[in-house]
Amino acid sequence: MAEYTLKLRRYDPQSGEAPYVEEYRVELEPHRSVLEAILKVKNEQDGSVGIRCSCRAAICGSCGVRINGRPGLACHTHLSDAARTGVNADGVTILVEPMGNMPVIKDLIVDMDAVHWKKIQRVTPWLLPKQPVPEREYVVPHANMVDVTQTMACIQCGACVSDCLSMEVDPLFVGPAASAKAYRFVGDPRDAEQFERLKDLAEDPHGIFDCTHCFTCIDACPKGVAPMSQIMRLRRVATGDHHIVDRNNGERHERAFVSLIRGYGLLHEAELLPRSWGGDSWFGKFHPAAGRELLDSLPSIAKAVARRKVSIRGAMLGHRIPKADLKAVQGIFDKIESKGRRYELNLYISGVEDDDEPVAAATSTSESESA
Amino acid sequence: MKVAYWPGCVSRGFTPELHGSMAAVAPLLDIELVELDRACCSGAGVIAEHNQELADTLNARTFALAQAVQGADLMMNICSTCQGAHSESQERLDANSEYRDAINGTLAAEGLSYEKGLTNKNLLWLLVEEIGLENLKKKVKRPLTNLKVGPFYGCYIVRPKERLGIDAEHQRDHYLHWVIEALGGTVIDYAGVHKCCGFPIVTMNKEASLKQAGRHLGDAMDAEADCLVVPCPLCHLNLDLQQPGASKVVGRDLAMPVLHLPQLLGLALGLDPKQLGMSKHVVKPTAVIDWSAAVVGAPVPA
Repeated sequence: MAEYTLKLRRYDPQSGEAPYVEEYRVELEPHRSVLEAILKVKNEQDGSVGIRCSCRAAICGSCGVRINGRPGLACHTHLSDAARTGVNADGVTILVEPMGNMPVIKDLIVDMDAVHWKKIQRVTPWLLPKQPVPEREYVVPHANMVDVTQTMACIQCGACVSDCLSMEVDPLFVGPAASAKAYRFVGDPRDAEQFERLKDLAEDPHGIFDCTHCFTCIDACPKGVAPMSQIMRLRRVATGDHHIVDRNNGERHERAFVSLIRGYGLLHEAELLPRSWGGDSWFGKFHPAAGRELLDSLPSIAKAVARRKVSIRGAMLGHRIPKADLKAVQGIFDKIESKGRRYELNLYISGVEDDDEPVAAATSTSESESA
Repeated sequence: MKVAYWPGCVSRGFTPELHGSMAAVAPLLDIELVELDRACCSGAGVIAEHNQELADTLNARTFALAQAVQGADLMMNICSTCQGAHSESQERLDANSEYRDAINGTLAAEGLSYEKGLTNKNLLWLLVEEIGLENLKKKVKRPLTNLKVGPFYGCYIVRPKERLGIDAEHQRDHYLHWVIEALGGTVIDYAGVHKCCGFPIVTMNKEASLKQAGRHLGDAMDAEADCLVVPCPLCHLNLDLQQPGASKVVGRDLAMPVLHLPQLLGLALGLDPKQLGMSKHVVKPTAVIDWSAAVVGAPVPA
């Protein structure tokens, strides 16, 4: 048995009172879960504590909370691990708060309908079958279904939504859980609307190009869904296979970045920004869209030049790797880009090879068709 | 210690003070830098978004060049974004021999090959794990007395934990706190410590991007930090170069100097702010911090 200090963030919006933190002492074995500690408090000390839970086995996704600042399932977090989490962890204190980015209904219960489920509905989370519908079942290649199993592991707990850093500044962002759900159908060969789904998410100013690439959802997910990786796959199929040029500069930014690295070996920052707005060529900076942005950024640019952070010459010419190396790098680009298929190694599916026992890559390398 | 040193693109482009300050502090830390000047951009996640095999091959080439540096103990990054992009590629390369062999097949045209198991560390990790905090403390000539420093880690060296080797034994998401303390500074905790600077979406959603930067800078000001320290030049671009724009987006005055990690080290190791390129910042640390009371002019501890 060990004694823990359980700090629960209490809040009842109907009371008119501000949120506060209430402390409880709980004696439990260190391998027991945070949920068990909360329920023990509720049963023995304070029946008014609000917590949502059901299966207690990390299957139903009901008990998503923040534990010492990190999102997770209360039933899936050992007390000993929880007490060691966070910069100021002391091994004894566990602060449990409701998930973020969603309104609180009471104490640790958040309104999933208001945010999470609305976003899930936004991505048309059902199959839009190809016509004609076969008389019997569709026959789907095994590799295609394996490809979407990672997104199917989602239990809709909302942990990724809770800590999404893009959603924190842009509540309209479609978000990690809904994006992973979108890939579930984009990656399904039975679905007829791959292009439309991607066009919709690419053109939405709060769609797939609004993800700030912070990896928070990957760490938050208790099921290894890696929502951010699914967003990157959505982008890859949208730009690589369908060549969707979106109004948010997502495709242009990617294309400009890749072509600048091919051309210089190193990033030519001064070219990247105008090309992301105005198109991937030296003349991109003269496009009206680029002009507006450059004008807007003029104070920063002027300051950078005045402070000798950036020289005019450097901004014009950029920097590059030695000629022979650039040629070798371009050879790599040519070889890989000329392949008809993109190769992706998804470790969620292939696993990690044991040193003594190599796994066959042939079965674990997923291939995606290039248009 | 000799390291195969990857400075990244931005430290030699828009944040030249990072490259310069790293060169200035390396001898004081007994680090010999062998620059990987033949290597190319890590892809910063964008090339991987475009084509994973392409990103992994370009990074395997960098790793192979690092492994070819005679006598180097390991490879070192000073850009968190490069570190994250490298770690992602290395995770796949090390996980599957058939995949690795296929990529080495492409590198063979240049006579290069990547061998599984490269040690590739960010400067921050190297400070704690290779040099050691006790050793670092001994090298301090001018403790960061009266300097209140807010750590800003950036995403790429704190997430995803498993890939980056962060666990109870390697609390790499605490190291910046420990280094600031070892250098004699005061750590300021604020809401943005482990959050995103917003840089990756600056061309896609500038308002959301600068709102992130502006909030963190404002939070650090509210927590009364004198400056932030970042181990990533891309974070520096959004937090310093874009600070005037971020100020407009969040609707408050911001004046928060943002130091690169080698600059903070350099100050404690006895170098002058100007020598460390601090005059190149948009928000000049020399203009905001009262050096007569902190670090430079601070009373020498007994």
